[in-house]
Amino acid sequence: MNNTGLNVTNVTKTFVDRKAFNLNRLWGRPAKTVTAVEGVTLRIERGGVVGLLGPNGSGKSTLVRLISTLLIPNSGYIEVFGHDVQREELTVKTLINRVSVEASFFKKLSPIENLLYAARLYGVRGKEIKLRGKEILMELGLEESRLYQPMEKMSRGMQQKVAIARGFLTSPILILLDEPTTGLDPRSKRQVQAFIRELRKEHDATILLTTHDMTEADVLCDRVAIIESGRIIAKGTAEELKGTVVEPEGDKPTLEDVFIQLTGKTLQEKEMGKNEL
Amino acid sequence: MSYKGRAILRDAIYEARASWAFVERNINLVKRYWGWEVVWLVYSIVNSLAVTFIGAGMEKISGQAVDSDYLILYLLVGTLVWSYLSVVFNSISEMISWERWEGTIEYTFMAPVRRFTHMIGTTMFAVFYGILRTLVILGAIVLFFNISLSNANLAGAIVTLLVGSISFIGFGVLASILPLLFPERGSQMTHIVQALLLLVSGVYYPVETLPGWMQSVAVFSPATYVLEGMRQALLSGESIPGLLPNLWPPLVIGVVCIPVGLIIFSRAEKYVKYSGRLKRSG
Repeated sequence: MNNTGLNVTNVTKTFVDRKAFNLNRLWGRPAKTVTAVEGVTLRIERGGVVGLLGPNGSGKSTLVRLISTLLIPNSGYIEVFGHDVQREELTVKTLINRVSVEASFFKKLSPIENLLYAARLYGVRGKEIKLRGKEILMELGLEESRLYQPMEKMSRGMQQKVAIARGFLTSPILILLDEPTTGLDPRSKRQVQAFIRELRKEHDATILLTTHDMTEADVLCDRVAIIESGRIIAKGTAEELKGTVVEPEGDKPTLEDVFIQLTGKTLQEKEMGKNEL
Repeated sequence: MSYKGRAILRDAIYEARASWAFVERNINLVKRYWGWEVVWLVYSIVNSLAVTFIGAGMEKISGQAVDSDYLILYLLVGTLVWSYLSVVFNSISEMISWERWEGTIEYTFMAPVRRFTHMIGTTMFAVFYGILRTLVILGAIVLFFNISLSNANLAGAIVTLLVGSISFIGFGVLASILPLLFPERGSQMTHIVQALLLLVSGVYYPVETLPGWMQSVAVFSPATYVLEGMRQALLSGESIPGLLPNLWPPLVIGVVCIPVGLIIFSRAEKYVKYSGRLKRSG
């Protein structure tokens, strides 16, 4: 099998502003566009974990959707273990799964019913889904009594744990974690992080992790890329990136310091001025 | 078995398992939304009864002698067939709207499932659910009216309904493209299509009652043939060869609409992935 888990080469994604498009067309003007991802090149070796850091609206989720076959790029190409996501879409789909920040489920169905639906689509048998799903959810700290209750009765943190189980249940060899710990309490966050570490160790999964949490990226990732306004502005190991910045007041720099120095703003400041794309 | 044969069998089992995912999910949804199911079932029974009572009361309405039993059965066939065809059409045409509303559409579209398999699963449930629901409505109506099916050709009626299902599956696949392309108003558009079919297909009256231009539109509605065929089978006991003029048009409509619908759906899916409309929830 190809040793490169994920190969994103010079990918650009532009959206047309629909309302502006209609008005502009009336006046014979060109359509207004929004570039969400611009010339992004990213590579993850098999078994590697790469963190993608950036504020809301920086293009992280768009990039994840492009890799997930949910969006088609305007230019550039993406390969998952040597398979082109557009030409070999079905093959790529069997190799990947995704955990997104929105835990999207059939709200009236229970965690087990949701897992049955999601994993059967990947050809997993019902018996295995129930057994393994239960195992993962218990490992993530979900009580057994919750497994058969409707999702709508569960907290956001609990729903996110079910989303993580859904992502891993199909044994993907490339997993896209799009802010998987956002909104979780500190204990749940640690449980999820420990689970990701264990999975990596046991299943040799290749992981792309987008996060706002600099400490999480520092702890979980082999390499880190910083994305801003759709462009990758820095990449390397956390230590390499920290080495590129001036140490603030003699303290050892953190990834947060790297971000501030590279972009001129803190993540929080960035987020206040932007909406999620 | 040869290597190729084993591979085909493996793929078939994989696709069957994926199809079952949609059936099982929909059964679970029906169980979880049981309150709504009861409401819709009661509404459908009441609606069917109300229509059928028109037949029972026609003698008093017109002040003339009419064959009430015939009229009751005529209207009953209309209301039951329309109820069944509506369920099949809605289940398929709203599969996209439903997933958008729940927020699961990205996960379904990310899964390694062919759209054909997706449709097969949705269709299997729609037909099974539609038949079950219609039987419950029929069971309730039988309690109110003395319905005699002694002249009926039941086998002919079943064949007509199954062939009609194929055409409505085709129409459903075509209609499901609307919610995919138009997240905000696509679902409403499918209801307009359904309403037009109800108007022109002769659900409660002969198509000949309609103005000429509406009769021309009725020719293209598969429901016109299904209703006519069902009435001939149940009211006059028409044999299957005699039903053929009402069997081949819906069959042709289905055989054409299903592959054409799948091709257009696949193109529309590419477009929404390019334009970023898949994620939008309206």
